[in-house]
Amino acid sequence: MKKLLTALLFAPLLAFASGAELHLDKAPVSTEPAALQNGAKLFVNYCLNCHGASYMRYNRLQQIGLSEQMIKDNLMFTADKVGEPMRIAMQRDEAKQWFGAAPPDLTVVARSRASEFGSGADWLYTYLRGFYRDSERPTGWNNVIFENVGMPHVLYELQGEQLAKVSEKDDGHGGKIKEIHLEQGKPGKMSKDEYDKATADLVSYLVWMGEPMAETRKTIGTFVIAFLGLLFVLSYLLKKNFWKDIH
Amino acid sequence: MTTKAQAVMDWIDARFPLTSTYKAHLSEYYAPKNFNFWYFFGSLALLVLVLQIVTGIFLVMHYKPDASLNASGVPVAFASVEYIMRDVPGGWIIRYLHSTGASAFFVVVYLHMFRGILYGSYRKPRELIWIFGTLIFLALMAEAFMGYLLPWGQMSFWGAQVIVNLFSAIPVIGPDLSVVIRGDFVVSDATLNRFFSFHVIAVPLVLIGLVAAHIVALHEVGSNNPDGVEIKKKKGPDGHPLDGIPFHPYYTVKDIVGVVGFLIVFSFIVFFAPEGGGYFLEYNNFIPADPLKTPPHIAPVWYFTPFYSLLRAMVWPLFGLDAKFWGVVAMGGGVVIIAFLPWLDRSPAKSIRYRGPIFKTLLTIFIIGFAILGFLGTKPPSYAFFGVIPGAPVAQLFSLYYFLFFLTMPVWSKIDKCKPVPDRVTG
Repeated sequence: MKKLLTALLFAPLLAFASGAELHLDKAPVSTEPAALQNGAKLFVNYCLNCHGASYMRYNRLQQIGLSEQMIKDNLMFTADKVGEPMRIAMQRDEAKQWFGAAPPDLTVVARSRASEFGSGADWLYTYLRGFYRDSERPTGWNNVIFENVGMPHVLYELQGEQLAKVSEKDDGHGGKIKEIHLEQGKPGKMSKDEYDKATADLVSYLVWMGEPMAETRKTIGTFVIAFLGLLFVLSYLLKKNFWKDIH
Repeated sequence: MTTKAQAVMDWIDARFPLTSTYKAHLSEYYAPKNFNFWYFFGSLALLVLVLQIVTGIFLVMHYKPDASLNASGVPVAFASVEYIMRDVPGGWIIRYLHSTGASAFFVVVYLHMFRGILYGSYRKPRELIWIFGTLIFLALMAEAFMGYLLPWGQMSFWGAQVIVNLFSAIPVIGPDLSVVIRGDFVVSDATLNRFFSFHVIAVPLVLIGLVAAHIVALHEVGSNNPDGVEIKKKKGPDGHPLDGIPFHPYYTVKDIVGVVGFLIVFSFIVFFAPEGGGYFLEYNNFIPADPLKTPPHIAPVWYFTPFYSLLRAMVWPLFGLDAKFWGVVAMGGGVVIIAFLPWLDRSPAKSIRYRGPIFKTLLTIFIIGFAILGFLGTKPPSYAFFGVIPGAPVAQLFSLYYFLFFLTMPVWSKIDKCKPVPDRVTG
C-alpha cells in the first residue's frame, strides 16, 4: 500500500518523462454560421454514431442560424424530439469491447484537448488530418499525434489514404525521436485544400459546441467593462470630493 | 431625522445596539488617514467572500453531487456542471463568477497578507488579528480544495486522490485517517458527497465566523498604517486620533473605487479568459473523472503550488519515516509558521519604510522565491529552466530559504539598522 501511494505521489514525474512534445497545426477557427453549419453536418454524419454529445441539445443548433424544421429534417438522426441531447444508441460496454475504450463524449472536447502545445482546436485540427495507414493496427489506421489510437479514420472517403514515412532523429539526450512524414496515397473525394477546409469547419463546430455562449459572453463583457469604466471615473470623483479636506 | 424615525430608532436601540454598533464599526471607527493601495485588499477579500457565497447559493440549486454514471456514461456531477453552463439561464455567468472568484480570492488574500508583512500589521497589539487571519487562510485552502472536487473532472479526482493520500503518511493514524476523510478506500461518491457538504455548509460557516472575529479584533485595537505608528497615541481634544478619520464616509467611498477597479480586472477574466490560460480552469478538468486513467501530469491549482513545492522538496526519509511524511510536515509547517510572525519579528520599527537593508533584501528574495516555488509547483519535478537548470534543486533551495526566512527572523530583525519612526503619520 505504501509503495502504491509513493508511486501515486510521484506518478507525475514518471509519466512526464515518457511524454513527448506535440507539434500542432494552427486551426483556422471560424464563427461564421456557414462554417458552423457545415461543421454540424459533418459532425452528425461522421462523429455522432460512436461519439455522443450528451450535453448538447439539438434545438441549440438554432443559435447557428438553422430553423427547428431544418434541424429535424436534416440533422436529427438519433433523437425523436428537438429538445433532446445528442445521444447515441451504441452501448458503452460494447463499444469498449470493439474499440478498446468507449469513444468519449465530444461536447467539450475542444476545451479538454487544450494544452501548453496549443488550443484544443489546434489539437483536433491536427488529429483529424493526421490519420495514416498502418497495417499493424486492428483498424488499419494510426495517427501522428495520437499513437495507436482506437478510432479508425472515419473521414477516409473524404481524405483518401495517407502513408507514413518514419524516420528517427537524435533527441539530443542520447535517445531517439520518431518523426513521421505523411504522403497522400489513394486520393479521396476531396482535394487536400477541400479536406483542410472541411476539417476546419468541423473543428469550428466543436469549438462552438464546447461553449455555445462564448460569443455572447464576449459581447456582454464589452458592455460590462464599458459600464465599469464609467463607474470607475464617477466613483473616483466621488472619493476625491469627499477627501478634499483631508490632508 | 424626523421625530417619528427617531422614535423608531430609540425603540430599536433600547432592544438592540444598532446605533452604537453602526458608530463603533463605521461612522466613528477612526482609521488612519494614510492608507495606500495595499489597504484595498481587506475590503476586496470581503467582497469576494460575499460573491462566492451568493454565486454558490445559485450553483447549489442546479449542481448534483453524484458520481454515478448517467445514461450517456457521464458522471452525473460532471454533467450537472455542463447543464449549468448550457441549460440554466445565466448559469454560465454564475459558474464563471464562482470559478474565477476562487482564484481572485487567493490573489486578494495573498496581497492582503503581503501588506501585513510590508507594514508589520501583525505586531503587538494585533497578534490575534493575524492569528485569525492565518486561520482564515487555512480554512480558505480547505474550502478551495474541497470545492475543486465537485466538478468531478480528471484534475478534481486525481488532485483529491493525491492530496488525501498525503494524510496516510502520518505515522500510526495516517492510513485510517485518509479512509475517514474519503469515506472509502479510494476517492468515490462518498468522498464527493462529504466534500460537497463541507464545501457548502461546514467550512463557509467557519470562514464567516473567523472573518467576523478578524474584523471585531481589528476594530478593537484599530488599524495599522503604512508608517506603522499607533494613531491612538496622539488624540485631539475631542478624544479622536489626530491622524484618524471616520471609516464612513471616507473609506467607504475610497473602497468603492477599489471595488470598481477590482471588478474591471475581474470582469476581463470572467468574460474574456474564464479558463485563465488553464490556470483557473484546468484543461484536463473538462474530461470526466476516470478512476482507471491517471492523467500524465497532476498539478494543483496555482494558489496551492508554492506549498505543493514545499511538499515535493522533501525527498529524503528521516528518523525512519517516509520522505512523504516530511513533505506533509513541510507543507503544513509552511502555512502554520506564518501564524508565528508576531513573535518572530523583533524589529524596533514595524513598517518597511523605517526598516533596514537586511529586511528589505531578505523580503525581496522571499517574494521572488515564493513566486518561483509557485511556478515550479505547476510543473512536473523533471522541469528545467530553459531546458538546462533543473527545477527540483531550485525548489529545494527556495523551500529551505522559505523556512530560514522565518526561523532566523528573531536574529536578523533585531540587528537590522532601522530609521527612527516618526510620532505622526507622514501621509
